[in-house]
Amino acid sequence: MDIFKIVDELQKIDGDAIGRLEHASRRHFMNRLGSKIATIAAPMAFATIVNKAYAQSAAAVDVLKFALTLEYLEDEFYKMGISKGVVPAKYKSVYDQISKHETQHVAYLEKALGITDANRAKPNFDFSYGGAFMDTFTNFKTFATISAALEDTGVRAYKGQAGALMMDPAILQVALQVHSVEARHAAVARRIFAIENTSTKTKGWITGKEALISAVQPIYDGEDSMTQGGVNIKGLAGKSDAAITEAFDEVLSKADVLKIAGPFIK
Amino acid sequence: MSSVVDRRSFLMSAGIATSLGAFALSCSTADHPDVPAGGGTVDLGSGDVGVLNYAYALEQLEAAFYIQVIATPYDGMTAAELAVLTDIRDHEIIHRDFFKTAITAAAPASIIPGLEVDFSSIDFKSRTSVLGAAKLFEDTGVAAYNGAGNLIKTPAYLVIAGQIVSVEARHASVIRDLLNPNSMDFAGDDVVDANGFDKAVAPATILGAVQKYIKTKITGANVGK
Repeated sequence: MDIFKIVDELQKIDGDAIGRLEHASRRHFMNRLGSKIATIAAPMAFATIVNKAYAQSAAAVDVLKFALTLEYLEDEFYKMGISKGVVPAKYKSVYDQISKHETQHVAYLEKALGITDANRAKPNFDFSYGGAFMDTFTNFKTFATISAALEDTGVRAYKGQAGALMMDPAILQVALQVHSVEARHAAVARRIFAIENTSTKTKGWITGKEALISAVQPIYDGEDSMTQGGVNIKGLAGKSDAAITEAFDEVLSKADVLKIAGPFIK
Repeated sequence: MSSVVDRRSFLMSAGIATSLGAFALSCSTADHPDVPAGGGTVDLGSGDVGVLNYAYALEQLEAAFYIQVIATPYDGMTAAELAVLTDIRDHEIIHRDFFKTAITAAAPASIIPGLEVDFSSIDFKSRTSVLGAAKLFEDTGVAAYNGAGNLIKTPAYLVIAGQIVSVEARHASVIRDLLNPNSMDFAGDDVVDANGFDKAVAPATILGAVQKYIKTKITGANVGK
């Protein structure tokens, strides 16, 4: 990413860009908020401020829009499943909590992007995944499978975008704070999948590139990587390949995520 | 290896595979960190190396904790719990040794020593005490990585941090679920805020919170700076 190129591009659109960037720089608005409340209040206040200035780089806006697409997908999936009663009473608290978070993520991202009822462009979703799942909202086993798959995808998607946000430290931090919540979701969703699908090998973490079911293998390709930071870590600490692959989650590029999510989007 | 081994070259240098291979051989059965140099304060250092040492310190703490948990299981530990906690132990050991390798390659003069831990406040015979401590360590790890992410200057290090923090979050979620099964606690309102965000806490605050579990005094004033 070339900051000079981004600034040049912004200058073509808005001659004031340099001034806006400086005005809305992280240090500037953090100082305005006061350091004590900055860590607590910053995200929502920040979301308000960014609407008014080019506080984000063009790259950050792309990331936020990409994230919002996935959050819309998850939000609608859970709202629909819960309203149709596919979740057994035993797991109601779990999925209600997950659903709540996805709704909160949508709210935050829409605010950051200046999206309101007037200009929302939410895709229509196909939760049959192009006909692969005919009982998404009538069979809890299927719902639980798709839930875990969506959460694991979300983790890899956010992780894959962290690099693109290095120029936007406040947004990077927000992305990381959402990313770890999706990972919390993924862990319990996988464990419920395991119980409901009598899969004794599926854990809260991803072993090798084992897919929940074969239809969602693309979500797990690459998770068997034994190379970290360019170094082959096979045998590290005398641990098994399984343990080593579990210890690191892997990124997915935006292109790969959109390919995976594609069949969900009409 | 060139005389100036800058941070990026740990990723690309052909010499790394050799040093890693040698390291792996010598540490294949090492489940315990090195004995610390003794007395005085350990400085995590500055910039990216400071962040790596910071992560290494926290992973040392977690590894040591879970090694103890498995060595002296709490009363009534089920087979399923043993499997989960053994997995977590292994992940933390892998994380710890990965950072040791990476920092040794990138900045051998700056790597912190093995830290001496203090778990006297934890009752390893008690499920509540152990899982409570596990929950604290995992949540703290998540908050620490989230709070340090935007301090990192080298993209490859940010990727690594990202790859680890989600695993720590999975750990946190599972531990919380063991404590209160099928509740909202896996990602409870005590840790996930009204925006649906996990915590992101600055290094100084994290270090203050974990100091009671580490005998060695640690200073991280320049982490990421």
